[in-house]
Amino acid sequence: MVAHLLRLKIALLRNSLRRSTMQLVGLAIGALYGLGILGTALVGLAVLGTQGPEVVGTVLVLAGSALFLGWLIIPVVASGLDMTLDPARFSTYSIPMRQLLAGLALSGFIGIPGAITLLASMGTAAAWWQHPGAAAVALFCGAVAALTCVVASRAITAASASLASSRKFKDLSGVVLLVPLVLLGPITTSLTAGVQGVRDYLPDLANTLSWTPLGAVWAVPAAVAAGQWAAAGGKLAIALAALAVLTWIWKACLAKALVTPPHAGNLRRSAGNLGFFRLFAASPAGAVAARSLTYWFRDPRYSAGLIIAPLLPLVFVFASSQAAGGGSTGVVLGLGGALAAFLVVWSISSDISYDNTAFALHLGAGVPGAADRAGRAAAAGILALALGILYALAGAVISGSWALLPATLGLTIGAVGSGLGLASVFSARFTMNAPLPGDSPLKSKPGNNFSAMVVQFSGFAGVGVLVVPELVLTTIALAGNRPALGWISLATGAVLGAVFLAAGLRIGARLYDRRAPELLLAVSADR
Amino acid sequence: MTDFSAHATTVPAAPQQPAALAIRGLAKAFGSKAAVNGINLDVPAGSFYGLVGPNGAGKTTSLSMATGLLRPDAGQVWVHGVDVWAHQLEAKRLMGLLPDGVRLFDRLSGEQLVTYAGLLRGMDRDTVAHRVHDLLAALDLAKDAGTLVVDYSAGMTKKIALAAALIHAPRLLVLDEPFESVDPVSAANIRDILHDYVASGGTVIVSSHVMDLVQRMCDHVAVIAAGTVLAAGTVDQVRGDLSLEDRFVELVGGRNQTAGLQWLRTS
Repeated sequence: MVAHLLRLKIALLRNSLRRSTMQLVGLAIGALYGLGILGTALVGLAVLGTQGPEVVGTVLVLAGSALFLGWLIIPVVASGLDMTLDPARFSTYSIPMRQLLAGLALSGFIGIPGAITLLASMGTAAAWWQHPGAAAVALFCGAVAALTCVVASRAITAASASLASSRKFKDLSGVVLLVPLVLLGPITTSLTAGVQGVRDYLPDLANTLSWTPLGAVWAVPAAVAAGQWAAAGGKLAIALAALAVLTWIWKACLAKALVTPPHAGNLRRSAGNLGFFRLFAASPAGAVAARSLTYWFRDPRYSAGLIIAPLLPLVFVFASSQAAGGGSTGVVLGLGGALAAFLVVWSISSDISYDNTAFALHLGAGVPGAADRAGRAAAAGILALALGILYALAGAVISGSWALLPATLGLTIGAVGSGLGLASVFSARFTMNAPLPGDSPLKSKPGNNFSAMVVQFSGFAGVGVLVVPELVLTTIALAGNRPALGWISLATGAVLGAVFLAAGLRIGARLYDRRAPELLLAVSADR
Repeated sequence: MTDFSAHATTVPAAPQQPAALAIRGLAKAFGSKAAVNGINLDVPAGSFYGLVGPNGAGKTTSLSMATGLLRPDAGQVWVHGVDVWAHQLEAKRLMGLLPDGVRLFDRLSGEQLVTYAGLLRGMDRDTVAHRVHDLLAALDLAKDAGTLVVDYSAGMTKKIALAAALIHAPRLLVLDEPFESVDPVSAANIRDILHDYVASGGTVIVSSHVMDLVQRMCDHVAVIAAGTVLAAGTVDQVRGDLSLEDRFVELVGGRNQTAGLQWLRTS
């Protein structure tokens, strides 16, 4: 039975690769990336081995504890990340619990993250090349550690499953948990600054961790190397007990999940709230705009973008204040706003992929291409302009120089217009493997990455070319403090933005009218 | 709706006395596998037409091509004399669709979704609001009108999709598996609505694999298997002396005549 589950996982992986060569390329890139990490880690471990056993022990305990934390947190953040062997799907088969657990745990090692974790954990033996006894123990402890990682992530997924299956929680967690990811730069910078202050404190921290389930298993070889047999035995006991407890939690949650089918809590609401549909013109284009705007707020795949984009200027401000002091904050905020606005408008380049087969409604109703393109562009444009202008104003207030506001606005308006124009063409021409409706915004399928990256990159480059005039004018105006050029930039941005928007909507509409059935067919392949 | 009749006369290849739906030589292959093999079909105006066939027979593919959702490899389709693929927008104005197996814009509330469908058809706001209210009441969805469609049950989702197909009062309704997972009371309500609609001159095409339902509900039927039409006509013509189900099995074949699963006996 265990072998069956492993074979099933491999078959699922193989079949998903057979569906498209792009997925194969994506997996290959992922594997290369993983091997790169593994190689770096192994070399690093071997180099680390030249240090004394105390240093090696400290580093391994800290790194290992971080690895554990990663395996605990990531499955919750990215719920449904890899549900190829979703336990719920086995609920109708009477598989003995023991074998189901073993099969699911081992199948965790089939796949890049699991395999790399296993190899790297056992590779910690390389750091003990000066102490062969400790190296042998490290091999065993590495295997235990990797197994604990997988079991811990499964346990926490199972434990949060009932919570995570409610739609509201899924929608919220996917979006909210993106925030720390975006702010990762500032957070790590502050942390490193803090850590440098408490470098002396690290050995103590490692020592404490080594007596907790997080670090115990990683500390056993160090204790062996130091000849502290009692400590080694105690820490191994802690590690094995942690594995046993996690397995028990997993088993209990799984047993409950297998007999409790997911159900949706339901609140009945009667008619009367048409939302954005009341605000837009009663025409096909107005309806598309109202629907798109509703989705920007209600669909986590869109609202994730709406949360991330406004955070980016803040990240830039943080970075620039680190590099150049606070003097440039206002300018950076304004320019970051232009980039944020562009990112918002660019997300409609995969609008039809996001619709998935719901797009059939547009096709069946015979929505003219012009109305479809204009409606989608209007919704994103409203949000992006509001965002860009807000940041430009904030930048002007902070820097106290209103004279340069037109320069920032010129770039923002130009980027929004040109971005909307090109995105309208792209979304009528290309479809991609977007996260399905209802999926986590973080979920990307293996292999989507490569083809999507090529399309996205050429789009970015294209918009970059289209906004060159505004970019040059704004840069000169800001760098040379020449407000007159700022006004020219504003005029250029308004004119070029409008021209590219009109042209993009037109070309996009023509492509749409010609290819709409093909677009539906392309997104139906992926549902 | 008035400009289309002028249009119908300008389409040269349209059959005389236009049928509600006329299909000629429609074919589609996915890769090397032919899904639909050059089918011909005439659905008379004012008929309640059933389309039956085993799983994978090509019903959904045929209906998708007939309604402009999937481009055929070959063949032509006319809706009330309008060539569907040559004059897509005019043809789509005449049709209401309930496709099977496609998603809905399910982050909208039920009321928003039906309103959206109406506005996409270019209808004015007051008419849309009035009809949405009537449709939600008729389909017993009024109490859940403000709930997001993503939180609907399967049957409610089917009903809201039906409402979206009816909002613009089409002359031809194409419903792919409309009764799947719909409860018996709602199904009876839907049947009443459809019968009234046919009685007032509309045409309905339903695909189903529930033979009893088709025999009771429809006046015409076509049997499709392996991408070809095996029989078509009025229900009485097609079934002869047999029940529709027996006739269907006779046409399609595939019944196992062996003794069955000997070991599946409890005593």
